[in-house]
Amino acid sequence: MSATTTGSTETGPDRDRVRLHDAVIRFAGDSGDGMQLTGDRFTTESGLAGNDLVTFPDYPAEIRAPAGTVAGVSSFQLHFSDHSIHTAGDAPDMLVAMNPAALMKHMGDLKPGGTLILNSDEFDERSLAKAGAVTDPREDGALVDFTVHEVGLTSLTLRALEEDVASGAITKKDAARCKNMLALGLVSFMFSRPTTGTEAWLREKFAAKPALADANVKALRAGFNYGDTTEAFTFTYEVGRAELPPGRYRTISGNQASAYGLVAAAQRAGLPLFLGSYPITPASDILHELAKLKHFGVTTFQAEDEIAAMGSAIGAAFGGALAVTTSSGPGIALKTEGIGLATMYELPVLVVNVQRGGPSTGLPTKTEQSDLLQALFSRNGEAPIPVVAAKSPGDAFDTMLEAARIALTYRTPVMILTDGYLANSAEPWRIPDVDTLPDLSAAFAFTTAPNGDDGEFLPFRRDPETLARPWGLPGTAGLEHRLGGLEKAPDTGDLSYDGANHHAMTVLRHERIARIGAQLPPLEVDDPSGDADVLVVGWGSTDGPIRAACHTLREDGRKVAHVQLRHLSPIHPDLEGIMRRYGTVILPENNMGQLAMLLRARTLIDIQAYNRVTGAPFLSSELVEVITRMAGAGLDGRGADARRDA
Amino acid sequence: MSATDTTTTPLTRKDFASDREVRWCPGCGDYAILATIQTLLAEVGARPESTVFVSGIGCSSRFPYYMDTFGLHTIHGRAPTIATGLATSRPDLDVWVVTGDGDGLSIGGNHLLHALRRNVNLNILLFNNEIYGLTKGQYSPTSPLGAVHKSTPMGSVDRPLNPVSLALGAEATFVARSIDADRKHLMETLTAAHAHRGTSFVEIYQNCVVFNDDAFIQVTGRDTKQHNQIRLTQGEPIVFGPDGEHAVVADADGSMSVVPTAEAGDRIVVHDATREDPTTAFALSRLAPTPDRPTPFGVFRDVDAPVYDDLVRDQVARATAAKDADLRALLDAGNVWDVA
Repeated sequence: MSATTTGSTETGPDRDRVRLHDAVIRFAGDSGDGMQLTGDRFTTESGLAGNDLVTFPDYPAEIRAPAGTVAGVSSFQLHFSDHSIHTAGDAPDMLVAMNPAALMKHMGDLKPGGTLILNSDEFDERSLAKAGAVTDPREDGALVDFTVHEVGLTSLTLRALEEDVASGAITKKDAARCKNMLALGLVSFMFSRPTTGTEAWLREKFAAKPALADANVKALRAGFNYGDTTEAFTFTYEVGRAELPPGRYRTISGNQASAYGLVAAAQRAGLPLFLGSYPITPASDILHELAKLKHFGVTTFQAEDEIAAMGSAIGAAFGGALAVTTSSGPGIALKTEGIGLATMYELPVLVVNVQRGGPSTGLPTKTEQSDLLQALFSRNGEAPIPVVAAKSPGDAFDTMLEAARIALTYRTPVMILTDGYLANSAEPWRIPDVDTLPDLSAAFAFTTAPNGDDGEFLPFRRDPETLARPWGLPGTAGLEHRLGGLEKAPDTGDLSYDGANHHAMTVLRHERIARIGAQLPPLEVDDPSGDADVLVVGWGSTDGPIRAACHTLREDGRKVAHVQLRHLSPIHPDLEGIMRRYGTVILPENNMGQLAMLLRARTLIDIQAYNRVTGAPFLSSELVEVITRMAGAGLDGRGADARRDA
Repeated sequence: MSATDTTTTPLTRKDFASDREVRWCPGCGDYAILATIQTLLAEVGARPESTVFVSGIGCSSRFPYYMDTFGLHTIHGRAPTIATGLATSRPDLDVWVVTGDGDGLSIGGNHLLHALRRNVNLNILLFNNEIYGLTKGQYSPTSPLGAVHKSTPMGSVDRPLNPVSLALGAEATFVARSIDADRKHLMETLTAAHAHRGTSFVEIYQNCVVFNDDAFIQVTGRDTKQHNQIRLTQGEPIVFGPDGEHAVVADADGSMSVVPTAEAGDRIVVHDATREDPTTAFALSRLAPTPDRPTPFGVFRDVDAPVYDDLVRDQVARATAAKDADLRALLDAGNVWDVA
């Protein structure tokens, strides 16, 4: 909370209200404690209060890790502010710990001076032992730097719901499970958030079980009132509205934005959407979301495996649908052969990879950017395909439209990279005007008649500009043709085992992809002073932390430029020239230097890589430190160089 | 075919033959199957533009190149997946899958199983030659125990699959077996398969003259075939042999066996492919785990059941009828707020 430096304190009749510019709250508890839901609700309330916000849910890979252990801790971090922000925040200002395990796991992250709310009911010897605590952190001095509020969240909840249990309306177990709502009520009070929105939401969620709705609402109000009437909470906080560009906003997660982007792309192309998918963390929510949108003409096919999901998408594309398959790294590995086939067929298929920690099963619930080289190179043979990446949860919407534009215009499979962080994080999203979305129906036209000089159909006679081949659908008389994975002759697509032809076709397949780059709008560089000599290059979800780091450095008078790539294949042709304008080029990635290796190889520019794969996104403070260390005096700008030289 | 054809012009076998030179080995059983299907499509009034052949990899999978229809030569084992995506999104198409014992039962076994149990509207033809031909002669999942081939110099120790038993185990709604050497039976069987809505599965014994010649000699040989071919006819007692001297009877334990007709009494099984329960069809398929003894030919099972792609499209149709595809309303939903 930036109250001490930039906030102000108002003294009210009962207590002081501290006005903050931003705050980071982390809710942590056992997997069964409902922390994701609690965080989601607080996020919605913050969005409605006009804050800018970014969230970071973090949950264990095991659905039912042993209760009370550190392995079973689930958390949800929310950063909300009265100004534009780009990350989920570095260290939390407030930690709500529902049990000792949550405290043990997260107390190291809490800012010195931060506020800690503990569920004191859970701190018995057994729970402490399960959490791996040798001594009680409340008594061993571990919490001395924090403002600690010990609250009996469980016992308060049970007391608030005594009558509901006594009357038999709910069980004692049900009552205890409402403690997350009590915690939410308390935090809502502390941050001056009304509870009415959540009350309405609870009534709707438990419409079929009014007794549970009542209990949750009572617990929520009890928490709010507890804060209001307890002397312990002498300060409450308020975070004002952020100055976002005018428009209508909602919060959206990356997976939700991906699903909506796909629906929008299909509608703007005038095509039915077909999704073939197989459940996998963290991509399954796109399947769930699209399965609910059948009224948009969406067909979802839950295939028997990843390979079948990819195959079904190829079949649907041949039939004239906007075809999609969604997965994560291990699933993409299985789809690889199918992606190669779609490359040879030259059919538009969108392949979405919600990246997670690898290799193999790796870290299913953690984020990573380590599938970049897989996306670019995993097919056998020379099989280039376009690759695009989303920068933020809301940007996944635009990324899907761009991927569909490329796939439809150039008749090629396209890989879309998002990641676990984007997929599950939420941010305020300015709802686009539907009429201003790109018109994708202009990107293609189904072939209706033979295109050959002798009245025959030539399925590989190309558009001279885009090199796209005709898309002739089954059902159209005169266009009967056969597609295969074998090498083909020009125009006819007949099999060809001729070596010179294979070389020419390989060159052509590269050229097809290169042309996409040549037809892109110029690459934008964020260099407000125009005087920077240090360029930070990023791709995908590092956009937020890099932007925040650059912002901090600039506030401090340092000069730094930033370019974030959406197009990774082909790499934007402007990038090399841009990089050459700067003395220092820094590339942070949540992998071991994949894009850095590629750019160094292609440009021979001595790019400095910063790499971390701990399953969490970069912190902006971390990048400030990294950029400062790597750039040194370069952050003084080009003008400084000139001054030094003089 | 040219674009001037209309959907009313009667077509001949030639209209379904592409101009591509057929490159199977001389004497390969695939030629007979190709000719039968080209003839069948002309006879049933199929249209080349509405017909799609999807294959995997292997000798049989070259099939689409020889048909003047739409065609996809895909990747090893995956033809059912691609065909499922196509059939699900395009109800107007007649989609055929051509596969083999290696393609369909080994590398693609999983996809075949799921296409069968879903009952997607596909015609699946499995050319069984008990060998890998394209890779020049390794044993396949249908090769009998002890089969000596390039990768099994001391004989195969892999227990073979019976494709018909597998399909019935997956509760496929149409399951049949025919043979390349009998054009008439093949035509009848494929015509019935084509008429079936849902997945039709036909195993076709197909002789590989180069790598596994005479694999089916017990059911095709001049001296043996009459004693080893059990022809299934709907509603008829299952008897076979030159003079009908063999009969298939139901045993007390649920299995079936072959006995002299004279001793069969009232135990002779009357063939009924329309039985909802696949149990008796399965027992019939177990009479000959491999075709080295009396082996049933014809339609084992032919039942009506909801078709996967119909159900999928029906859900989309109901959703579309109930709710507008209003993109603006979709995006502008939930907890929204305005920033001036």
